[in-house]
Amino acid sequence: MNIVVCLKQVPGTTKVNIDPQTNTLVRQGIKNIVNPFDTYALEEGVRIKERYGGKVTAISMGPPQAEEALREVISTGADEAILLSDSAFAGADTLATSHTLARAINKLKQYDIIICGRQTIDGDTGQVGPELAEMLGIPFVAYVSKIEEIDNGYMRVKRMVEDGHEVIETPLPTVITVVKEINVPRLPSLRGLAKARSAVIPIWTAQELGVDKNMVGLSGSATRVIRVFFPQRVHHGEILQGDLESQANSLINKLREAKIISGS
Amino acid sequence: MEYFLNEQQKTLKSLARRIAEERILPVRAELDEREEFPWGIMKDLAEADIFRIFIPEEYEGLGGGCFELCLAVEELSRVCSGVAVSYAASALGSFPLLEYGTEEQKQKYLPDIASGKRLAAFALTEPTAGSDASAIKTTAERVKGGYVINGTKQFITNGGEAEIYTVIALTDKARGARGASAFLVEKDTPGFSFGKKEKKMGIRASSTRELVFRNCLVPEENIIGKEGMGFIVTLRLLDRSRPGIGAQAVGLAQGALEAAVDYARKRIQFGHPIISLPVVQNMLADMATNVEAARALTYAVARTIDSGAKKFTEEAAMAKVFASDIAMKVTTDAVQIFGGVGYMRDYPIEKMMRDAKITQIYEGSNEVLRSTIAFELRKRKARQE
Amino acid sequence: MGIQIDLDKCVGCGECLSSCPFGLLEIIAEKVYLREGCTFCGACQEACDYQAILIEAAAEAPAAGDSYRGVWVFAEQRNGKLKSVAYELLSRGRQLADTLGTELCVICFGHGINEAQQLIAYGADKVYLMDAPALSSNQDDLYTKGLVELIEKYKPEIVVAGATSLGRSFIPRVAAILKTGLTADCTGLEIDPETGLLLQTRPTFGGNIMATIICQTKRPQMSTVRPRVFKKGTPDGRRKGQVIRVDFNKQRITSRTKLLSFIDDITEAVKLEDANIIVSGGRGVGKAENFQLLEELAGVMGAALGSSRPPVDDGWVSYSHQVGQTGKTVCPKLYIACGISGAVQHLAGMQTSEAIVAINDDPNAPIFDVATYGIVGDLFKVVPMLIEKLKND
Repeated sequence: MNIVVCLKQVPGTTKVNIDPQTNTLVRQGIKNIVNPFDTYALEEGVRIKERYGGKVTAISMGPPQAEEALREVISTGADEAILLSDSAFAGADTLATSHTLARAINKLKQYDIIICGRQTIDGDTGQVGPELAEMLGIPFVAYVSKIEEIDNGYMRVKRMVEDGHEVIETPLPTVITVVKEINVPRLPSLRGLAKARSAVIPIWTAQELGVDKNMVGLSGSATRVIRVFFPQRVHHGEILQGDLESQANSLINKLREAKIISGS
Repeated sequence: MEYFLNEQQKTLKSLARRIAEERILPVRAELDEREEFPWGIMKDLAEADIFRIFIPEEYEGLGGGCFELCLAVEELSRVCSGVAVSYAASALGSFPLLEYGTEEQKQKYLPDIASGKRLAAFALTEPTAGSDASAIKTTAERVKGGYVINGTKQFITNGGEAEIYTVIALTDKARGARGASAFLVEKDTPGFSFGKKEKKMGIRASSTRELVFRNCLVPEENIIGKEGMGFIVTLRLLDRSRPGIGAQAVGLAQGALEAAVDYARKRIQFGHPIISLPVVQNMLADMATNVEAARALTYAVARTIDSGAKKFTEEAAMAKVFASDIAMKVTTDAVQIFGGVGYMRDYPIEKMMRDAKITQIYEGSNEVLRSTIAFELRKRKARQE
Repeated sequence: MGIQIDLDKCVGCGECLSSCPFGLLEIIAEKVYLREGCTFCGACQEACDYQAILIEAAAEAPAAGDSYRGVWVFAEQRNGKLKSVAYELLSRGRQLADTLGTELCVICFGHGINEAQQLIAYGADKVYLMDAPALSSNQDDLYTKGLVELIEKYKPEIVVAGATSLGRSFIPRVAAILKTGLTADCTGLEIDPETGLLLQTRPTFGGNIMATIICQTKRPQMSTVRPRVFKKGTPDGRRKGQVIRVDFNKQRITSRTKLLSFIDDITEAVKLEDANIIVSGGRGVGKAENFQLLEELAGVMGAALGSSRPPVDDGWVSYSHQVGQTGKTVCPKLYIACGISGAVQHLAGMQTSEAIVAINDDPNAPIFDVATYGIVGDLFKVVPMLIEKLKND
């Protein structure tokens, strides 16, 4: 079983601080981490390998420091990792990112299951998984919460929807995105950490992938950010005063007066 | 203080700390309350290769020594001593095999211990034989094809949870201490059962049970070393494992110290945090000094052992005595600094004080160890003259 | 497209540093350097008084826009009934279509759907209806191919769908096939008066930062929008429109994946998305058993029970109660947040509620910034008082 896990290195907190004077992001001192949802994807890939045999390859598109993220997943079970890095890839939206990842995965030639986390904590779009599937021309299942069985070229999974779960059967190869309910990611092992330290992580550039520069990076992006701003929160509210008993009473009265709840 | 750890040691220490903080910390209070064996954490330790560190590479281990074991035990103990001792006892249980086992025995048992698949334990103590270890009464009678063991062992750490036990029994009652031998007995061997689980003051996550042997037949290939070597095996094992207890005590004291400093900084009385009071500062200073001294002694002894020293009975005893005594003092002082809330079970500090006491008692009570140290001093002086 | 800092012109004044929304500029040896991640937004170029920053615009491809006309809304169904989000998008879509002076069409796939006239009443000019038994369960493959075919045939300039688990699953695939841009989870859709482009605003970094996005040359411009972001309008029964039945050709459109079963495991009595009042608990609730107190309050108010992420992560309540960035978006009349600090990821799921009550013993909890009424106090004292008062009155 050839398992590919796509991951992204993201800032370690979404609590990006705002400089109150300039109203801009403060990024100093924020360390980078593997996108948390991708750690679930990696763990599931390793579990599939343990259950059915095979190999887990981790791939990430990012700047050179994304290599740390790839080493981290080697310490928790990935057999090998590949970094896709090139200035031509910068500024990519999900369309361009998916294209780049698809080219890299095609270069691997063999793949049975491609696993992504459900979304990143910085972009939050959740679009790369499905777009990637389409570019590879293979089926896709989102929000997988359990892999029930893999047999005979098919995989049966349970996936989350708003009002319950669906059990879906998909032929391999396939792309899935996973939710955090699927597993508890393991800690690194000592042997894994030693392996990660000495691992050679190849870097594939635009040239090595043979991509058309108009299909990747900013040039390959269909969407563009034209403005960023900080959500204005205008505080219209009221902090009640007095002892708790009278606050509770006051609250009920106010809600009734405003006809938000019914009552005398 | 800098202990000059190499790359692998640093990795081990930080991974052990991570396991302690991410996996042990959230459940330690519950494990203590319910007196529940931490199987989940044993599994986490196994997956992270932490059981491999004290097994040689040829048996699927990572070939570390006493120093590495102490690093891991200290980090785990800093968060929960009960969990740490469950891990350390498995190391203890594997030492007889490591030192005196045959190649077949090592191949058969060590890989499973290294992978954490099976836990080990060591069984010496009996109702009549605590400090006076030679007063054991469990017998191992030679029969065709093996030995039949009869007797009861008491207060065995990992009793009931471990699957591989090293049991010290008398093969020749007439020869006293020289008539004891060491045997490997697996759980589920007919005639081998467990008594009730003890209810303890502290290290309540650890399982302590009686082992009951009634005509328990073990095959002859399960003897460790030769007949009569029982106490050599025992003494050697205890020397080697005492720094581990030192590390357990150091970790425990370190956890208590950190908690006390944190509390003293936050607790406001008379308009100021209590850490600004000289009386509290003096306590904390003494606590910190003692913890560092115990740590330095423990790791110095560990390095001595790992360097291949032939004799280290005295130093190992010193590390255990000193570290356990200061752990008791540090945890008690920590409760004192916490004041009233320190007495409440909602706070983690009273558990640490309860956990500390046993370190002064087991693995050779501090009284016995002091007399061991004194004996070594006399012997050395006598030899010089 | 490229960005360059002319080090000769740069005087190292550092004005541009604070203008970069991503903090990518830094001063090294009195000159400015740019780290990776630039999106060419141009803020630094504007801030520089020395023209030291050059941004090369990409050679603009001729806008494909002109041949694409119309605003489309994809209406999702479950068991033959359209979801509320379809109507919410329809109302907003009507406004967008009116601004552009173009028609609004609704795309409906499913089986046994009889709401076409209702869709027209809510604003649709045309309803493309593909009704077949094979479409009764929401199969990604069938929907993807079906929608792509319709888009390729009729060429709408804008396509909007609900950011539901179905929407977030198959709409990106449609976008990938059409090689066009998709913006997920939009909280705002506007038409730029100058360019006629769809301005798509969405939260990033868990909601800490808002971004406005355009899809300049590719068509259609696609967006998904969370339920409850837009409000459902009022129907006008006199509106006229066309219902166009589209044939579902089983031979051409097949699904590779197979839906084996659906497990309905929603435990709550009142569904969160439809509830008028939600009583919600966070980390401050302390443990699983304590949620019973909130359930009692919910019972007395006829409310649904919600939760922020930590109680779900710790197993105190099931995921179906989770409100927030990776949970449900709700917009009830009243949202009562008990022991919830108000992290952005949670706010993302409930801040458009009509009225928000926050009960938290930390006066600095961010939840108080969005609360209509705030009580700084121990929820274990306040909630019983509320229950008492509501029962007795």
